This record gives sequence, C-alpha cells and structure tokens, in this order.
Amino acid sequence: MLRRPYLPVLITIGLFALAFLAGSLRYNGFFSLQVLFNLLIDNAFLLIVAIGMTFVILSGGIDLSVGSVVALTTMLSASLVEQFDWPPYVVIPLVLALGALFGCGMGAVIHYFRIQPFIVTLAGMFLARGLCYVISIQTITINDPFYTKMALSKVRFPDGSFISISVIIALLVFLLALYLAHFTRFGRNVYAIGGNEQSAILMGLPIARTKMLVYAFSGFCSALGGVVFTFYMLSGYGLHAVGLELDAIAAVVIGGTLLTGGVGYVAGTFFGVMIQGVIQTIITFEGTLSSWWTKIVIGLLLFLFILLQRILNMGSTNTRSM
Amino acid sequence: MWTRISKHHLFWPLVALLLLLLFNAVYNPGFFAIRVQSGHLYGSLIDILNFGSPLMLVAIGMTLVIATGGIDLSVGSMVAISGAMACLMISRSADQNSLGAVILAIALALGLSILLGLWNGLLVAGAGIQPIIATLILMVAGRGIAQLITSGQIITINSDPYRYIGMGWLLMLPFSIFIVAIVWLFTAWITRKTALGLFIESVGANPTASRLAGIGSRTVLLAVYMFCALCAGIAGLIVSSNVSGADGNNAGLWYELDAILAVVIGGTALTGGRFYLSGTIVGALIIQTLTTTIYTIGVPPEITLVVKALVVFAVCLIQSENFRGLFLSARRSRRVPADREVSRHA
Repeated sequence: MLRRPYLPVLITIGLFALAFLAGSLRYNGFFSLQVLFNLLIDNAFLLIVAIGMTFVILSGGIDLSVGSVVALTTMLSASLVEQFDWPPYVVIPLVLALGALFGCGMGAVIHYFRIQPFIVTLAGMFLARGLCYVISIQTITINDPFYTKMALSKVRFPDGSFISISVIIALLVFLLALYLAHFTRFGRNVYAIGGNEQSAILMGLPIARTKMLVYAFSGFCSALGGVVFTFYMLSGYGLHAVGLELDAIAAVVIGGTLLTGGVGYVAGTFFGVMIQGVIQTIITFEGTLSSWWTKIVIGLLLFLFILLQRILNMGSTNTRSM
Repeated sequence: MWTRISKHHLFWPLVALLLLLLFNAVYNPGFFAIRVQSGHLYGSLIDILNFGSPLMLVAIGMTLVIATGGIDLSVGSMVAISGAMACLMISRSADQNSLGAVILAIALALGLSILLGLWNGLLVAGAGIQPIIATLILMVAGRGIAQLITSGQIITINSDPYRYIGMGWLLMLPFSIFIVAIVWLFTAWITRKTALGLFIESVGANPTASRLAGIGSRTVLLAVYMFCALCAGIAGLIVSSNVSGADGNNAGLWYELDAILAVVIGGTALTGGRFYLSGTIVGALIIQTLTTTIYTIGVPPEITLVVKALVVFAVCLIQSENFRGLFLSARRSRRVPADREVSRHA
C-alpha cells in the first residue's frame, strides 16, 4: 500500500483528515456531517471540472479553457432558457454536447497540428470567454422553475444533514471517472500516452482518438460543471468562474497527479478539491483571516506537492517538458 | 530580393501591424494625426506606444524566458505585487512628494520583484521543476501576496514624482516610452553583442548539450527568470503610476497571456532555442493596436477576447509544420535548415 505511486495520494488524504481535524478541534460546530457535505455542495462544480482536468493532465496535456467553458455554459443556458424560452431538457443536453464538441475540436488541433496544448487551450479560453460577452455583457438571471427546483431541492439524511442535487451529479461523475480510468481500455490508453507517447505510438494505441476523447471529456465535464454552476448561481454571467482553471489544476496536482502525465489517480483529485474546500471553510470559520489567505495557502500546498513529486521522482530521469 | 524580405522574421508581424493601422486609418481618417499641445505630442499612435509600454516590458522579459524553453506564468501577479509594494511604501512615507521616498519605494518594489524571480529561477534551475508548473505556484499565490500587501484595499497615492513614471513627459513624448526603449536597447545589446544571447539560445535548444559544452545552464536560467521578474516589476510601477494606485486583484490581470501571445506573434517559438526581441515588440504593438482598434470602432471591448483567440489560433496554425504542410505540399521545396537559419538571423 505504501508503494511509491500511492504515496502522494495517501499524503493528500492524510492532509485532508489533518486539516479537518484541526478545524474540528479549533472551532465549535466544525465537526459535523453538514460541514463535510457543505464542502461537496460548494465545490461540486470544481470537482466535476477537476475530474475532466485529471484525464487531460494524465495524458500529458493541460486544459486552460475549463473556467471559460463553465462561464459560457452558464451564459448559454441562461440566454436560451430565459430569452428564447427553450425548455431545460433541450438546453442541458445541448450545452453538454457543445462542451464536448469544443473540447474535441481543441484536441484535434493539438493532435493533428502538433501545437502545444497550453497554447491551443489558451486560445480556447479566450474564445469561450469572449463568446460569453457576444451573448450578453450583463448578468442574465434565471427564473425558470426547473433550474430553481434543482437549486433548492435537498436530499435529506436521517440526522437532518442534506446534500444538493449537484453533489449527486458530481459523485456520479466521480464514479464514472473511476471506472473510465481504471477499468476501461480508454483509461489505460490515457495512462500510456501520458507515460510515453512515443511508446504508445509504437504499441499501436489509437493516439488520435484517445487524445481527442480526453479533451472532449474535459470539455464535457466543464460544460457539466457549468450546468451545476448554473444551479448554484441561478444566473449566467461572463465573469463567472474566472480562474477556475487554476483551482482545477491545483486540485489535480495536490491530488498527487504528476503534471508530466502518466501517473496519478482520480481519487486523489477528489481529495485535492476537498482540501481546497477545507482551507476555505477554515478561513471562513476563523473570520479574521481574509480571503486572500486561501490563495497563499493553496500556492504553498502546490509548492509542497510539486516538490514532493520531484523528490519521489529523483530516481527516474524523467525530464520531459510539457 | 522579395523572398529575402518575405522570409525575414519580422515580415509577417509587420504586415499584420500595418494592416491593422491601415484599417484604423480608413475607419478614422484622423488616426495618424499627431498634434502638439502644450509642448506634448498627442495622437492615437502615441497612445498605443504609451498604453502598450507595460505589455512591451513584460513581453521583453518573457521573450528571454521562452528562449530558454521555459515560460513564466507569474508575471501578471508580479506586476500587481510590484505596484502594491511601491504604493504601500509611498503611502506610508511622511511626504509623498519627496523624491527620496519615491526612489526608495521603487528600489524596494524592484528588489522584491527580483527576489520573486530568483524564487522562480531556483524552482526551475535548482529543483528542476517544469517552468509552467514552477511559475504556476507564484501565479496563484502572487495574487494573494499582492492583496496581502494592500490589505485587500486599493491603495491610492498622491505623489508627483511617482506619477511621472507612467504619466510624465520627456522630450514631448510620454516618459514610459523611454523606459521601454532603454530596457529594449539594453536587452538587445546584452544578448546580441555579448555571448549571453547565444548561451540563452543554447540552453533553450538543448540544456544537456549546453551544459556539456561548459555553459552554466543554471546561472543562465536564474538570470533569465530574475530579468523577467524585473521587467514585470517595472511594468507594475508604470501600471500603478498610471492610475496613482495599486489594486492587488486586478493590476496586471491576464498580462502573462498577452505577453506570451506577443512573444509568439513575434516569431519566437515556445519550444525555445531562438528568440526575436524586435518581433516581440511588434507583437506587443499588434495586441495594443488591436485593443485600441476595437475601442475606436465601437465594438464592446470584451469582444477583444474573441479576436485575440482567433489571432492566437491563426498564428499557431501558421507556425505549425503540419498545417503548412496541408497547403504548401504542392510547392514544398528541399529543406536547407542551416541555410534557412542563417537567412532568418540576418
């Protein structure tokens, strides 16, 4: 169990437990199921987006467009539902398909034209963010009964604590991702490409299809994250989810996934998101600490985990750059 | 002759810039007009140079980092930190107009920037972390640090010497243009007239080979990241001086992306090993002109992003061998790499 690849994930889980314990000892009312559920409720969209990002990073790429795609999804949903009176059961599948298509397009450009993922998804980020403003510069509030129902309905547990519909969606995506990563051919191909693309080509693995699927999955997750974010905010706005790509990348790295690709676990990402949530919750509970401490602490954690990965990798001479 | 001109690395960037300027001139006949008013030159072209100066500075530093095969995502945060530090020091001083206090503040802000650059450099050169990841740390934490310095407020100052950096005039021109010119000329001199430029390019082309050839790759990397941070720090001074205040949250937002874009448009490939400073300057001017154009033709400024995205796609596709192969396969000539290298550098 203490084999090398598991170590970062175990450290992440330990750190999460430690942070939660520290919070419980320090603040009254911290140690409750509801606080734990609130972590999930407030970070459901981040979890979904970070899961998509995990696959991209495992394949050795990066996706900077996720935050913008989330914003574009909220904007598109709000506009179609409120201004064009489209029914939600048409709008939601449509935005999910568009997200997947957007990601698939970026994947195709990355693969067929051999341009760095960083630059392609950067352009995608600009494009999606800009398209938000083409739809509207103002916030569009959503009053549609379906969306408000999704936002307000709670799933109650016997002890009174509750979770939202979004949490259930996020957990379903998490289970799907676990299955995809560890029990399908697609998952193994992703790990293989991230480990060494040259070898993967020589082994005859379908590089083009896998890469496009990876970015399509990330785009789909971003769009789904956007739908969940729409439930959460009940509005569409071009400035929603600014910097979400950084939070997602941070969650993946803190979750123990190697940024060079090929090594990491979806489960680690789950706890990476939870750690960020706990830090925010602790800072809220503390009251006197200002919000920017979140950024500094997350930066510090990033540093620690990157250094840890570096030390664990000292033996192997993996100096491939992205 | 024509092929020599069209193969020059500045050809396409300059064509793009000229087209943009011409488009402006057609749309707004007074675009090229420069008038003298109370001893200062005014006009759209001067504005582009003036407002584009922070971006040009950041892009100059970024060029060298990218030439080593790296990337610096933290420049935007460093712009915010440097401005915040300078404004904090000036707001704390007894007399905000005293030259001594302003110089001290500037020195501290730039010193802090260089220190942050050293941190990036140590992570990249010392710990051997990929640049994109190493600088991501400061990109995330840097915004927090900037807000920590300003205590989350917008610090406003009232200091004439400090305002001169971004708003002053010298020889009828905005002072910031002179800062850019000095940094640019210095960088061009030190990289093209000494061996340093060659060292940077060789580290970018092949770090192992250059180490074996006796080049101190680590020292070069450290120096480059510190220089990039210094450039970002100076840009931060100009940005905060322009508005006489520091905003930890929004100052220098998206600068890293614009700077990388400027470098790429200028013909420097992200893979490292080659760099074109003059190309970067043209690239930064293209971005600034694009922004100005979008303002003048009355399109909502937010749509700049869509245009930028299309520009990035276009530039990257043109740079991609595979893409060119699609269209140019009919007239693909024999490759003479060494020859091409020589002519591109001429």
